[in-house]
Amino acid sequence: MTVQGATAHHAVPERNWGPILHKVFVYTCLVVGTVVIMIPFFWMITTSLKKSGTEFTFPIEWLPNPPRWKNYVDGWTVLPFNRWAVNSVRISALAIAGSVISSAIVGFGFGRIRFPGRDALFLLVLATMMLPFPSVIVPLFLLFKRIGWIDTILPLTVPTFFGANAFFIFLLRQFFRTLPLDLDDAARVDGCNTFHVFLRICLPLIRPALGIIFVFSFMHNWNDFLGPLIFLSHTTKYTLALGLRYFQSQYRVEWALMMAVSLIILTPNIVLFFLAQKYYIQGIVVSGVKG
Amino acid sequence: MATSIRILNGTVRGKLYWRRTLEGYLFISPWLIGFAVFTAGALLGSFGISLTEWSIIGDRYWVGAGNYVKLVQDQFFWKSLKVTFLYLLNVPMNLVLGLLLALLLNQKILGLGVFRTVFFLPSVTAGVAVSLLWLWIFNPRFGVINVLLAKIGIQGPMWLGSETWAMPALIIMSVWGVGGSMLIYLAALQGIPTALYEAATIDGASHLRKFVYITIPMISPVLLLNLIIGVIGSFQVFTQAFIMTSGGPNYATLFYVLYLYQHAFQWYNMGYASALAWILFIVILVCTFLILKMSRDWVYYED
Repeated sequence: MTVQGATAHHAVPERNWGPILHKVFVYTCLVVGTVVIMIPFFWMITTSLKKSGTEFTFPIEWLPNPPRWKNYVDGWTVLPFNRWAVNSVRISALAIAGSVISSAIVGFGFGRIRFPGRDALFLLVLATMMLPFPSVIVPLFLLFKRIGWIDTILPLTVPTFFGANAFFIFLLRQFFRTLPLDLDDAARVDGCNTFHVFLRICLPLIRPALGIIFVFSFMHNWNDFLGPLIFLSHTTKYTLALGLRYFQSQYRVEWALMMAVSLIILTPNIVLFFLAQKYYIQGIVVSGVKG
Repeated sequence: MATSIRILNGTVRGKLYWRRTLEGYLFISPWLIGFAVFTAGALLGSFGISLTEWSIIGDRYWVGAGNYVKLVQDQFFWKSLKVTFLYLLNVPMNLVLGLLLALLLNQKILGLGVFRTVFFLPSVTAGVAVSLLWLWIFNPRFGVINVLLAKIGIQGPMWLGSETWAMPALIIMSVWGVGGSMLIYLAALQGIPTALYEAATIDGASHLRKFVYITIPMISPVLLLNLIIGVIGSFQVFTQAFIMTSGGPNYATLFYVLYLYQHAFQWYNMGYASALAWILFIVILVCTFLILKMSRDWVYYED
């Protein structure tokens, strides 16, 4: 009895391994996940630096020696990627402008003005978020063909000025609604009309939301394939996505060059992500949690 | 009393009411015009065209429901529908994996920001470039997956060249982009009040019970959102199929939108393609409606 009690008293308190094992488990999962996620990126970079033809040799050269940086120049200049880049930039810039401007105006209307029919119409906005773009490509193609817009940038840019992306309208409406209503009243007392309230008072306050529209809209337009594929046919009008597809059809086995060009085309996505990470994350969070 | 209120309301209506109404409609007019032309107009137009036979250059023939009758008998229509529904398997995989990742990241760990960035990075890439990358990754002999599998003594499948493995390959590719849904979950998890967990701990609840009775209900609206985003997105798969498989091998990846595209822009069957488009629209509508209807049983809303 006494002995037992004494041992219990003097025993070193046993270390609790639970939390440590838990930490080890979490970090192992995360590190393994990181490796798996990064393999495609690594594979893309390493392939892009190989000498043409060595993509198909064993053993696999994991770190090409010497790395062929020239692939980036060669791949880019073998086809008119410069011209296609200009086309892509023009389309994306206009589409971003259209999306930001139209969704701000429309979002303000839905979010801060009370008028009959508003809620029903807003439901319609939400419903169009479900509408698959492919289900209207035929009539849109026929419409744009009839008015002579095929092979111009108009089909890819003009609709954005008319609130083509319902999600953006929804997003900005949510942001406008978070601003206090007194703001408008105070401005009106000071003699502002509604348009001034929109432009001078509310718009500056939701600048972060406009940033979200900017990055999402860029992402969508820069990588869009189906739209340009249908509305553009002449190679001089191609966007980078179409150009890359053309590259694939011409140089099917030149993987080093193809990966180099693909990487160049994805670079703006990745750079913009790192520059505007907070907008990306905020945008996803807002759409997820407030939606 | 009642009359005076009505009069009061009437006078308010007189000026401010109409002014507001006018301004409201002015502000939403860009969307109204866009909706009338590019959405409602296009949908109606599409329906009209679906009742005709029209190859763009030639004349239009009224065929009534003819295209829809043809569609029911078209084995490739059913095949493409089957392929698209099979691809839907990626949705539950992304739902579960995204949640697991979010749970791992929703703890006090070092390098949280770095891990979050890494897992989200694939989601900022898209389009032809990514499809080409995965086409090369799945190369049966020289692609990175089979090379790595060979290192551990496994002979990898033909992937995109195999009728059996082409679909799993495309699903694996979609799971690479799990970071998007992970981020949505993470935001939802961080929004759960810690007081709920504390109270449960005091009551002696186990981790599992806390997960089932607190975490799951609290994030259920976000689960629903990820589910709907996933389903709608899966019905619209096009670029991967077009670039990586052209619908093959032996139609194993003949996605619905790819089939629609082929009819419209390779064979110029505008009428038939429009009928396909309307069926797609209805299928998505019905699926979304069913999901929303069933969600009432499992989605918890605080207010």
